[in-house]
Amino acid sequence: MDNTVIELVNLTKKYGSFTAVDGLNLKISKGEIFGLLGPNGAGKSTTILTILGLTEPTSGSVQVCGINSTSYPVEVKRKIGYLPEDVGFYDNRTGLENLMFTAHLNGIPDIEATVLAEQLLEKVGLSDSLKKKTGNYSRGMRQRLGLADVLIKNPEIIVLDEPTSGIDPNGVREFLDLIVGLSREKGLTVLFSSHNLHQVQQVCDRVGIFINGKLLGVGNIQSLSQQLFNNQLFVVEVSVSQPPKINVAKVSVAQLQKILLPIHGIRKISIENDVFRIESDTDISAEIAKILINSGLILSYLHKKEYGLDDIYYQYFEGGK
Amino acid sequence: MTIFITNILKEVNKMKRIAHTNSTLPRWFGNPYGVRHPFWVIVQKEISDHLRSWRFIIMLTLIILTGIGSIYTALTGMGNAIKSANGADTFFFLKLFTISDGTMPSFFVFMGFLGPLLGISLGFDAINSEQNRGTLSRMLAQPIHRDYVINAKFTGAILVISAMFFALAFLVMGIGLITLGIPPNAEEFWRIIFFIILNIFYVAFWLNLSIFFSIRFRQPATAALAGIAIWLFLTIFYPLIVNLIIRGLSPSNIEFASQQRLIALNQLHTVLMRLLPNQLFSDATTTLLMPNIRSLGPLTQEQLYGAIPGPLPLSQSLLLVWTQLTGLVAATITCFVLSYVSFMKKEIRSR
Repeated sequence: MDNTVIELVNLTKKYGSFTAVDGLNLKISKGEIFGLLGPNGAGKSTTILTILGLTEPTSGSVQVCGINSTSYPVEVKRKIGYLPEDVGFYDNRTGLENLMFTAHLNGIPDIEATVLAEQLLEKVGLSDSLKKKTGNYSRGMRQRLGLADVLIKNPEIIVLDEPTSGIDPNGVREFLDLIVGLSREKGLTVLFSSHNLHQVQQVCDRVGIFINGKLLGVGNIQSLSQQLFNNQLFVVEVSVSQPPKINVAKVSVAQLQKILLPIHGIRKISIENDVFRIESDTDISAEIAKILINSGLILSYLHKKEYGLDDIYYQYFEGGK
Repeated sequence: MTIFITNILKEVNKMKRIAHTNSTLPRWFGNPYGVRHPFWVIVQKEISDHLRSWRFIIMLTLIILTGIGSIYTALTGMGNAIKSANGADTFFFLKLFTISDGTMPSFFVFMGFLGPLLGISLGFDAINSEQNRGTLSRMLAQPIHRDYVINAKFTGAILVISAMFFALAFLVMGIGLITLGIPPNAEEFWRIIFFIILNIFYVAFWLNLSIFFSIRFRQPATAALAGIAIWLFLTIFYPLIVNLIIRGLSPSNIEFASQQRLIALNQLHTVLMRLLPNQLFSDATTTLLMPNIRSLGPLTQEQLYGAIPGPLPLSQSLLLVWTQLTGLVAATITCFVLSYVSFMKKEIRSR
């Protein structure tokens, strides 16, 4: 049996002449943490609302655990916990009361709900503020209460829409750790939408880059960089100096070229601020190191330049425009 | 044939399974495990929200003060009313709600005045405040149908209003009973009950109108203002406009005008005024609380000929106000349908 839990087929959502989501195809399997990465206004929230059945797609379909979200939103919402961006609570109620309301809406009996709510509040580190009105909560506390609120219905999938916006870096780290921990512990599928690539890089198994309503690339970070940079060169940066015996102070480009002659595939060597930039067709960093050390030069720095999500993101970002 | 039968059996089993799974779900009025239907969960939350809000406390104080004030004027004016009463006029108890000594309007006039304010104040931030607080998307992400929210908003407010009106009217009755020493007879009692129900319908109209505005306008202040503007227009400006129209159509010299023309003008005036919910309300309450009223339109000499002066029985009074009641309910339902449709179509964003 296929373990796809969320499946989007040719999903399109139009607002008048504006296309928010354009022919989106996506599969998310059970237990993975999927990051939906894109700038503001890319259509991430619209996609999430369609998955929840809160918005009807213009065309295409959404299946959650094999249930069509548009036709059976209530059944789908029973399985999904959704934490909206900047979640709201009833400010004049306590954290516990807010959780109890959600629990009651999900048909959880009173006694069970109280126990569950207290357990969850302890898990997200809010057990001290249980009887405090949510109007007095800080932003980070609200977000953690939001997570407890999502978990109280015991969902199979949790959907987080920009959950970390407006929290301090320390709070973000704790929050992300909490999500990863919970996901691994309970085997939850997590859909995490964000415009912050470092957070996505930190927690997600797979990432989809989403710009202007289109999914430009899906995969883990390695496969994304391969998809993107497969026609590009490998770059190795080295910094070498002459052994102390020789009085000539600096190594020239020509000298380096001569030393590296045995290695095939070197395209170009350039120098910038005493750092040599060696471009090649294949990954030759190990060979370069070996030859340089054998040649008697002092190798002080060698760095194989890898393309991180940053580069991918900006690359796509520019491509998307 | 056997295939047919096995198919039927399969269907039956399927139905049984569905019935079984459904029986574990919360039923409409809850089940023995302390699980309520989500609709009633929201209604309960609404009611407690209303009861805790300052706005409700302020409105309640206003209405209680009004009640005390009008009972006071009614009781001071009661002496004259009893003295001047003829034998046929026996509904003393109802006078508690209708007479005044002239310093202050009577109870039912006040209710007609404060009812809209109460309805508007309970509904103007029903949906938009939930949306501005970001709680609407959180609530709708739970396994509930979208219309539960709007239905519960309405039901919650109506339950609060009903409880309040019944309590208030019974208090007035109690005070009247103690001070006057005259118990109400059965007919008076039922007239008062119908009067309260009418009040609730009237407030429901304004409540639905302001819920509609709360869906339509993002800012609660705008929604409240829109509601109050409509209320002012209907109570002050609309009658002015109607009078202008009628005056424009009136003949310059009434003495030479034909009777038919005058009747037609009068009827036009009535029709135009009856588009107003407050006119419907005041027509209906007057008829219910003053059994002597026999008609709400002009009566010709022929119609009055042979009529025995005296109060109408309750059933006849009800028959008389049936159109008003229908009109009021229709207006209420129209507003509710408007808000229902616009809420169902509304795009739910996080904030």
